[in-house]
Amino acid sequence: MNTHEISRRSFVGGITATAGGMTFGFHIPFDANLAHAAAGAATPEINAWVVVKPDDTVVIRIARSEMGQGTLTGLAQLVAEELECDWSKVTTEYPTPGQNLARNRVWKDFGTGGSRGIRTSHDYVRMGGATAREMLKLAAAAEWKVPAGEIVAAQSILAHKASGRSASFGQMAAAAASIEQPKGVALKDPKDWKIIGKPMPRLDTADKTNGKLVYGIDLKLPGMLNAAIRACPTFGGSVTSFDAAKVKAMPGVKHVVQVGDNAVAVVADTWWRAKMALDALPITWAPGPNKDLSSAAIKAVLTEGLTSEKDVFIGNSSGDAKTALSGAAKTVEAVYSVPYQNHATLEPMNATAVWTADKCEVWCPTQNGEGSLAAAAKAAGHAQNKCDVHKFPIGGGFGRRGSFQDYVTQAVLIAKQVPGVPVKLIWSREEDMTQGHYHPVTMGRMVGGLDDKGNLTGLHMRISGQSILSVVRPEGLQNGKDPVVFQGVAPDDPVKPTANEHALCYSIPNLLIDHAMRNPAVPPGFWRGVNVNQNAVYVECFMDELAKAAGRDALEFRLALLGNQPKAAAVLKAVAEQANWGKPMPDGVQGRGLAMMRSFGSYTAALAEVSVSADGKLKLHRIVAATDSGYAVNPTQIAMQVEGSFVYGLGAALHQEITIKNGGVVETNFDTYPTLKLSEMPKVETIVMPSGGWWGGVGEPTIAVAAPAVLNAIAAATGQRIRSLPIKDQRIRV
Amino acid sequence: MAQLNVNGKMVQVDVDPSTPLLWVLREQLDLPGTKYGCGIAACGACTIHIDGRATRACGIAVSSVTAQQKIVTIEGLSPDSSHPVQKAWLAMDVPQCGYCQSGMIMTAAALLAEKPKPTDADIDSAMANICRCGTFVRVRAAIHSAAGTSNSKG
Repeated sequence: MNTHEISRRSFVGGITATAGGMTFGFHIPFDANLAHAAAGAATPEINAWVVVKPDDTVVIRIARSEMGQGTLTGLAQLVAEELECDWSKVTTEYPTPGQNLARNRVWKDFGTGGSRGIRTSHDYVRMGGATAREMLKLAAAAEWKVPAGEIVAAQSILAHKASGRSASFGQMAAAAASIEQPKGVALKDPKDWKIIGKPMPRLDTADKTNGKLVYGIDLKLPGMLNAAIRACPTFGGSVTSFDAAKVKAMPGVKHVVQVGDNAVAVVADTWWRAKMALDALPITWAPGPNKDLSSAAIKAVLTEGLTSEKDVFIGNSSGDAKTALSGAAKTVEAVYSVPYQNHATLEPMNATAVWTADKCEVWCPTQNGEGSLAAAAKAAGHAQNKCDVHKFPIGGGFGRRGSFQDYVTQAVLIAKQVPGVPVKLIWSREEDMTQGHYHPVTMGRMVGGLDDKGNLTGLHMRISGQSILSVVRPEGLQNGKDPVVFQGVAPDDPVKPTANEHALCYSIPNLLIDHAMRNPAVPPGFWRGVNVNQNAVYVECFMDELAKAAGRDALEFRLALLGNQPKAAAVLKAVAEQANWGKPMPDGVQGRGLAMMRSFGSYTAALAEVSVSADGKLKLHRIVAATDSGYAVNPTQIAMQVEGSFVYGLGAALHQEITIKNGGVVETNFDTYPTLKLSEMPKVETIVMPSGGWWGGVGEPTIAVAAPAVLNAIAAATGQRIRSLPIKDQRIRV
Repeated sequence: MAQLNVNGKMVQVDVDPSTPLLWVLREQLDLPGTKYGCGIAACGACTIHIDGRATRACGIAVSSVTAQQKIVTIEGLSPDSSHPVQKAWLAMDVPQCGYCQSGMIMTAAALLAEKPKPTDADIDSAMANICRCGTFVRVRAAIHSAAGTSNSKG
C-alpha cells in the first residue's frame, strides 16, 4: 500500500516523505541545530524566516495557519517585499511548534484567529525578510570586497554597479547564513512597496484543483490504525459502561477504548470499519446534571436577563441614558435574538498521533500549533519538548480549531492506549455537529430615545446571554465582566480614536450598554466574527428602526452620528453611492438595507438589495460591500474573504440554528443544519478601500454586516421587521 | 472481492460489499482527493463521476458499482490538471480552504459535459455542493469562463 506523499513544504522536519513510501522515523527535532539543518534539506537558513536554495528557490517560513483565508500568501508577500526576491521563486513551509519551543519562540505566536494573522505579525515578518536581504548583501560585500551600501538587491539578484559584479541570492545564500544578523534594519516606506498591496495569485491553489493537497484527514502512515469516536451526547455527561465484546469480532476491529471520562473509541484497520463497529457498540451514558436542558429553558433564562439587574456588567456608558430615555419625546424598543450556531468546518475534526513512553508526535489541522502541542503534551503525560505537532492545510477553521484542541487530546489519549502505533482519529459529521463549541446564544433589548427633531438622545442596549470567556478563558474576565461580549460596541479611546479595534462608531450622548451574563451549559466558542455578529444585528437593525421612527433616511440618520468617525462614514457612503442609495431601485428589487461596523481593526459596510414574493419567498439580488483595513496586503484575497463572509454570515442568518433538547444538540448533519447554497448567493461587489496607516483584520469583519444589511432590506421591502434569527423561522421563506 | 474500473484502471478490492465507494477510494485505493464531509450525500465533497455522471460516493455501496462502469475521481479528471474546469479554477483562484473543491470541480466538469453552455439557472441547479468558506461567486465565474459563457451575476 502506498503512503500519501506529504508535501515537502508542509514540514521543516520531523518526518521524511518520499513518493513511494514514508520513512516513519518517529524522529523529533529536539534542538535548534536539527531544525536549522532540516530546513531545505541541507541548505542552511539565512534566518528563521528565509531559506534560499542553490537553485534560487526561496522558502519562506510561515508560523500562522492557512485555512483558506489566504494568510499563507499574504505573509509570504510581506517577507518577499523586504527580501527583494523574485516572487515567482517563492515557496512556503510551516515550522513546527516543537521547533518554535526549542528556538525560544523565534517565530513568536502560531495562533491564527481573531483576524490577527497579518495585523499582529507584519512588523517582525517584514523584519525577517529585511534582515535576510541585508545578510545577503553583507555576504556579497565580503566576497567582492566592496561596501555593502553600494550593493543593490532586486528580483533575487545582488548587483554592484561600479564593479559590474552580480550574483543570485542562491549563490550567496550559504555565505549569508554564517553572517551575524544585523539589528535595526529599516523597513521600506509603504509608498515603495511592490509586492505588498498587489493582487498576487495564491501560492496554494494548484494542488487544490487536482486532489493532491494532503489534509490532515488524508494522512496515511505505515502501520497506522484508524479511530472513530463517540462522546456523551449530553453536555457534562460521562461514560458508564460499554460492551467491547459485542464488536471485538467485527472485521478489522483492533481495540475498543475509553477516552477520558466522556467518550469511547473503536480502533480498526480502516476508519469505515471503526465507524461500523462504533455504531454497533452498546454504550451506557451517565447523562449528568444537564439532561433536562432545552432551547426553551435557555430562552426563558435569557428573556429574564433582558430586564434583570442581577449579574449585570456595564461595557460602555456615557452621559445618563436612563434619564435621557425617560425624558425623550419618543422612545423605541425592540428585542432581538441570535441562536447557537456551529462552525461545521467541512473537514471534520481529526488528528493522528503516535505515543511512546518517552515521546509523542501529532499530525493535525490546527489554528494554533502551540495550543495543539500543549494539549498533546498534557494528554501524553510528557514534557512539551518531548512532543511535536505537524500542521496541515486546514479544511475550514472559523475558530473551531484554535482554542479548542479536544480532538488532539482525544487522539493522543487513544494513541496512548496503543503505544508505538500511529492512530488517526476522524470525527464523523454527527460527532462534529453535536460536540461543538458553539457561537454563543444572546438576546438584545434595545431602547432608544428621540427628541422632537428626531435626534437620538439616549440608548440602552442590554445584552443577555452567554459569555465565551467565562468558560473558555476565565482568566480573561475583568472583575467578572467578559469584554468579548462587547465586541463592536465597546467604548472608544477618547485620546486615540483608533485604539479600540472593537469600538462602537456612533456618538450617542447618553449611552448604556450592559450585559446580563447568563451561561447555559452548552459549550460556547469563538465563531468567525465572534460577538460582533450578534451585536451588529442588534445595533444596525435598531438604527433602521430608530431612523424609521424619526422619519429620517437610514443613511442620513447614521451619518449624523458618525461625525467623529470619518472612516466609518466613508465605508457607509461608498456602498450607498455604488448602489445609488436614495434613487429608484433596479427592476425586481423591493428593498435596500445598510449596515456598518468596526471590528478586528477594520471598517466594513454592506448594502443588500432583496425582494420578497407575494407568498413570502426571499430573493437576494445584490450585495455591495466596502472594507477599509488600513493597509491591504492583497486586494484580491480581501475580496475573496468579503465574498465568503456573506456565504458564512448569510448561511447562519437564513438557515442555521443549533437547538438543545435533553441536554444535547438536536441537529446532527447538513440535512438539519443547512448552509447557504450557490443558488441563493447574489452578486457581490466588493470595494476594497485601504486608507493606509494601520493594519486591520480581514477574515472576520464582514460577517457582522451581512445579516443586518439583509434584515434591513427585508424590512424595507415588506414593512415586516424580523428580529429573531434564523430567518427560516419567520413568515419569510428562504 | 469487488472489481472496479477507476481512473481507467481495473482494480480489485477486498471489502465488505456495503462499504461506501467513498471509503474504498480513500482507504483501499489511496485516492484521498475525494473528501468525506457528511456521509449522507448532502454536501457533495465526495462527488465523483460514474459513467460521466456526477455521483456522491459516500451514498453508494461498492457492491452496487459494476466492473463495466467507469469511475473517475479528481485524480483522474486529467493527467496534468488540464481539464478546462481545472484551468479556470486555477486562473480565477477559486479555492479558499480547498476541501470542497474536488467535489465542486467534479460537479462542474459533469455539468459542462452535459451542457457545454450552461445558463446561470443550470449552474444554480447543478452546483448544490456545500462550501463553508464561500467560494460561490468565483465558482460561478469560473464555470462561465471554462464554458465561454457570460455571467449574469458577475
